[in-house]
Amino acid sequence: MNSDLFFQYVVAGITYGTIYAVVAIGFNIIYNATGIINFAQGEFVMLGGMIAVTLSRFLPLPVAILGAVAVTTIIGAVIDILFIRWLRGPSVLRMIIITIGVSILVREVALHVWGESVRALPYFTGTSVTSIKMGNVYISPQVLWVVGVSAIAVVALSAFFHYTMLGRQMRACAANRDAARLCGISAKNMVTLSFMLSAGIGAIGGAVVCPITYVQYDSGTPLAIKGFTVAILGGLGNSAAAVGAGMILGILESFSIWVLPAAYKEVISISLLLLILFIRPSGIFGSAEAARLKEF
Amino acid sequence: MRGRHLPVLIFGGLIVGIQLATSVAGNPYHLTQLTMSAYYSLLAIGLCLLVGYAGQISLGHAGFFAIGGYITALLTTHDLSSRAGGASRWLAKAGILSSRTDLYGGELLTVHPWVACLVAVLATVGIAYAVGGPVLKLRGHYLAMATLGFGVIIYRIVLGTEFLGAADGISDVPPFAVLPGLEVSGKAALRASNYYLAWGVVIAAMVLLLNLIDSRAGRALSSIHGAEDAAEAMGIPTARYKLSTFVLSAAFAGLAGVLLTHYNGGIGPSEASVMKSVRYVAIVAVGGMANLWGTLLMSLLLNYLSLRGYFGTYDDAVFGVILILIMLFAPDGLLRRQLFEELKAAVFPAGGEKET
Amino acid sequence: MRGKSGLICAILALALMAGASVQAAEPIKVGAILSVTGPASFLGAPEAKTLEMLVEEQNKKGGFLGRKIELIVKDSGASAEKAFSFAKQLIEEEKVFAILGPSTSGESMKIKSVAEEGKTLLLSCAAAEVIVNPVAMYVFKTPQSDKDAVIKIFQQMKKMKISRIGVLSSNTGFGNAGKAQIEKLAPAYGILILANEVYDKAASDLTAEVTKIKAANVEAILNWSIEPAQAIAIKNARQIGLKVPIFQSHGFGNIKYVEAAGPAAEGVIFPAGRLLIVDVLPKSHPQKAVLNKYKKDYESRFKEEVSTFGGHAYDAFMILAKAIENTNSTDKELIRSAIEQLQGFVGTGGIFYFSPSDHNGLNIDAFEMLTVRKGKFVPLAK
Repeated sequence: MNSDLFFQYVVAGITYGTIYAVVAIGFNIIYNATGIINFAQGEFVMLGGMIAVTLSRFLPLPVAILGAVAVTTIIGAVIDILFIRWLRGPSVLRMIIITIGVSILVREVALHVWGESVRALPYFTGTSVTSIKMGNVYISPQVLWVVGVSAIAVVALSAFFHYTMLGRQMRACAANRDAARLCGISAKNMVTLSFMLSAGIGAIGGAVVCPITYVQYDSGTPLAIKGFTVAILGGLGNSAAAVGAGMILGILESFSIWVLPAAYKEVISISLLLLILFIRPSGIFGSAEAARLKEF
Repeated sequence: MRGRHLPVLIFGGLIVGIQLATSVAGNPYHLTQLTMSAYYSLLAIGLCLLVGYAGQISLGHAGFFAIGGYITALLTTHDLSSRAGGASRWLAKAGILSSRTDLYGGELLTVHPWVACLVAVLATVGIAYAVGGPVLKLRGHYLAMATLGFGVIIYRIVLGTEFLGAADGISDVPPFAVLPGLEVSGKAALRASNYYLAWGVVIAAMVLLLNLIDSRAGRALSSIHGAEDAAEAMGIPTARYKLSTFVLSAAFAGLAGVLLTHYNGGIGPSEASVMKSVRYVAIVAVGGMANLWGTLLMSLLLNYLSLRGYFGTYDDAVFGVILILIMLFAPDGLLRRQLFEELKAAVFPAGGEKET
Repeated sequence: MRGKSGLICAILALALMAGASVQAAEPIKVGAILSVTGPASFLGAPEAKTLEMLVEEQNKKGGFLGRKIELIVKDSGASAEKAFSFAKQLIEEEKVFAILGPSTSGESMKIKSVAEEGKTLLLSCAAAEVIVNPVAMYVFKTPQSDKDAVIKIFQQMKKMKISRIGVLSSNTGFGNAGKAQIEKLAPAYGILILANEVYDKAASDLTAEVTKIKAANVEAILNWSIEPAQAIAIKNARQIGLKVPIFQSHGFGNIKYVEAAGPAAEGVIFPAGRLLIVDVLPKSHPQKAVLNKYKKDYESRFKEEVSTFGGHAYDAFMILAKAIENTNSTDKELIRSAIEQLQGFVGTGGIFYFSPSDHNGLNIDAFEMLTVRKGKFVPLAK
């Protein structure tokens, strides 16, 4: 394999990796605030893409995307209010099953609203065949959009959690819910906010990868599985690590087709997930102590 | 006769009653879907033991079903006649291989269904044992994701491998002659006997599980579910109990896979999908997590309706809604154990054998 | 008066009873097992819509032989066990006269023996060769054979002096079957396969796969899949600077994939039924009238572009209708041999010539080589 091919594979890996990382970031937000893994995260990404496509029929593209993000954010809030908010001390098992049920419901509603056909957004810059040539390596401008948007998302999130009042309240809630409530922070509102943020991030991700990957009513579930893998790889709750872990998984998958038939790509990523779970559940970048502090 | 076995008799009566009713009404066709439901219920009650009683979630049980089904399908359809040599002749004489003619008149030499069944169930048990060890050390979300991951790996393997039929699965699986004169097959003429065979297997499994729950092992399981660390502190070898339960439920799933594959005459990758695993968990949840009878009845009903296409294009949506509604409003399931106990108290007011 | 009204009542009662038992009043039940939702919904949904439309139209004309047609559609979601259960239900319980579908090869294989045992006609909308080979008495299929599609492509490649190709296929029944035919027939046409990749049907990006193909220095790419990934494959190939000709399977026959792929679809070459280019067919072409009518009816009713997938269901129903018309009965044996004797039946997939040993009826002439120009399907210049 010469160096051009090597770098082309790396670029492919970065493409996959950023898509997974976007989903993983969404998982982490809700997990940090609530200790819940939201199995419906992949559906937020799907909704972002689908709604953006529908809105782009009669709105200019940037407005359509903002609209899609707004609508999905509201849907995130609605899901929390309808299904999560009023539960008292639910067990982990119960929460897992509820979010799985929600994911199925959202998917089936999408099927009956939009039909089964596949939809695509136009490329933000250029077309489906333009690519930027760096040396002998070709990279689609859309990939740069995806990477750029994810980077901005991570930075913005970080800033939100560290420098804003609301963000600090959410962190307080995650660290110690009862103490936070004693300080007057409404835990329930923090949870709703986390769902909204998570849905919004997912929607942005969905809209920005839609030109590359297309969107269909059932694109959410496989993404959720990959996203969760990446989240655990990086250490649940750590969004910056999720990006790194996403890159690692993406590149691993990309190079794996050199040795294994491509149909087994997912076997590689799941095997990696199981390996991490067995050996080091706190993730590659996580620490065991930090993991133990989180209630699960 | 212990009190807990009375429901078994009642249920057995119900099964016989349904069959007689359908034959009187002249539509024995329902028995087909009821028979298929029986095999899915075999998996469900095993899963109920694991999820409800031992409190370990498994989102990958369809994987065990698929392992059992695919192994038996592969062994009973792979033609070995081209490798005719001393070994295969000896094996044929020993009864391990059997020959038959296929739909188009060709000669086939394949593994005997009984041997295939044994291999399939043993393989399922072996894999469950190997996977269960590390997986069950995890808890909560991690356990859920690990089992989900296991299910996905099995799905990808059967979907991506050519000699397992890839996306088309394996067809033309022969009937399984369990006893001379009694075979597991989808033929219309054998509808009633297959129905009784299937439910017979399920009832036997139920009796096994009921005995298990009322034994010391069962109480250990309940304590693990309630508070694992406390149980460990009390000296209960939790890891061993969890693993045994996992392996037992996997064995049920594998056996169900074997029998249903022979009944359907084939198997496809859809049997290993994530959605199937989720459905099984939904059925256990709806039946009442730690309620074998509830799970059995719900499995019978829901699988029957689904297989008859009652829910139309909303099939998956129905299971999703059921999951949500049950988990929100009745996390102990619709047919709660307390309900049964209250009923029992009403029927047998005082004295007599009571379930603990 | 009493006696007379009593007599009239008696006659009416007798007539009612007779009417109830007279076959003519009973509807003809036709079953359909389709993957309307689920992983093969892009096949099953247009098929279901097509059948719905055709049955309604036929019923307006009085149905078959004066009896209304009752279409029972079962959504199998591409799941083999559901297909099996529905097949048993339709054949044994509903006692349907024929089953149209299933949409996928896997399901068709599962119920092939059920249909044979139940002596019920099965007109499959799935493409695999094994459905009709070996021939089962009651089982037919309407899509073209993938062997012919591959031959057509190889003939075109020979014309373009292409001999070294890279092959991509998806891990579905359609993809696997195509790959098998490609590998089998390549040597006969002097085609060397330098790279051979199988990808997951739900793959969202195939850059790594096409990179591997680019590294093999091929003269053309042949992609064989039937779902959205086929648009992704050609897009990724162009993005990494692969300029060689791209060939697709007949699964590319839906304008949505062209739209999704955008400029990457320009110049893609693939074989397809003539439904997609009906507008440029000469008036004298035998298929023109049938294709035009189907396209117009489908598009005006469902407000979406017609696809070759729905066409398979159209052919299945119309073949059944023709056989009923020819024999003037609904006896399964008569219909079965009537279908086997159909020669020159004009359908959307091609012109069918059935025989007792050929239960598919289409040959290589069912295909036309098409390409994409400015986002539209046009015939490939000879």
